[in-house]
Amino acid sequence: MSTVVHDFTATVPRWSPFVTPVALAEATPEQLDAMQVTPSNKKISDYVLTLAHDPESLKVRSPLFNAIMYGKGGLSSAERELGATAASIVNRCVYCAAVHASRFIGLTRRDDVIAEIFARELDAELEEHQQAIFDFAARLSKTPSQATEEDIAKLADLGLSKVEILDLILSASIFGWANRLMHTLGEPVRD
Amino acid sequence: MQIKYEAFARHAVSQAAKEKRVSASQLIETLAGAGSGLSDALAERAEILRLSQAAHDAVLLPRAPGGLSHGERAALAARIASANTDATLAGHYRALLRRAGESPALLAIADGAVPAAEVAGADGRLRAIVRHVDLVTLSPKDATRADIAALVDAGLAEPDIVRLAELIAFVNYQARVIAGLRLLGSLA
Repeated sequence: MSTVVHDFTATVPRWSPFVTPVALAEATPEQLDAMQVTPSNKKISDYVLTLAHDPESLKVRSPLFNAIMYGKGGLSSAERELGATAASIVNRCVYCAAVHASRFIGLTRRDDVIAEIFARELDAELEEHQQAIFDFAARLSKTPSQATEEDIAKLADLGLSKVEILDLILSASIFGWANRLMHTLGEPVRD
Repeated sequence: MQIKYEAFARHAVSQAAKEKRVSASQLIETLAGAGSGLSDALAERAEILRLSQAAHDAVLLPRAPGGLSHGERAALAARIASANTDATLAGHYRALLRRAGESPALLAIADGAVPAAEVAGADGRLRAIVRHVDLVTLSPKDATRADIAALVDAGLAEPDIVRLAELIAFVNYQARVIAGLRLLGSLA
């Protein structure tokens, strides 16, 4: 019997879909291509099998997501993960927050930063550099965006280049996308 | 599809865009009013802009739209852009709606001021879709299993629920990239 996870956690739960995922054995060639199923890659998550209902979107979204989160140069990986975590707090995607907070911890060993964010959410008090990144990403994640020119100027004052700020915009924004899939099409559970 | 899209972009965006060939990857930049101060940063992320444009085409103008027509997608996208207070982006999607073929119900949906329950000419299915679009755009944190069940009850097939989720999610992504670029462009 599995239970739904409602509280933020850095221990990644299992994602359980609300809709029936595509059955791998019944997937069309287009769906298999979008899921990047190959003879050496047959372990496909329920999340990807769910999104395979719309293979045209999935085929583009996966490389876009990877380019934004893992592309070379620009903003550090940890700071992209912090932007992703901020968006996931605003949108209360417990699963997304767990994945990306745990990656932030893996990159920085800063469990304390994540503990503060999970405890106080949008009121979290962080070091100046992380605070500016977290606050900007969180404000950009509201509908409509609450981010201001002052928020951007703060990032520039702290030494972020335009490419680094662009990477932060993109990493927060792509979680405006990912959160709206993972949090609405399924839920995090513990078995 | 790509050729038609470029033709639209040439027609509908800025005068500057009309004067040169608009590559598809320039839509976000053009709508953001991104000037020369951002061109170096955007050039470094050209692949991301190209993939964002491909995502736009996949969710707004898919080859296999399933149970969500191009017109419904454009109307819902205009509504999402309006909820993000982006009149320029909403105008882009209303232009897509005109091309796909308008109806009174779709025009009312595109006009974000009309609540889901009051969209004249919309059936139960369309009203359930609009309600879901508004919820997931404005307050995704409040979405639950019951909201997916409501779409099923309204007659949506599961693949269409996923298509709808991707549409809502993409336009919310795009609106944030444009909002962020406008702010970035404000830097000296």
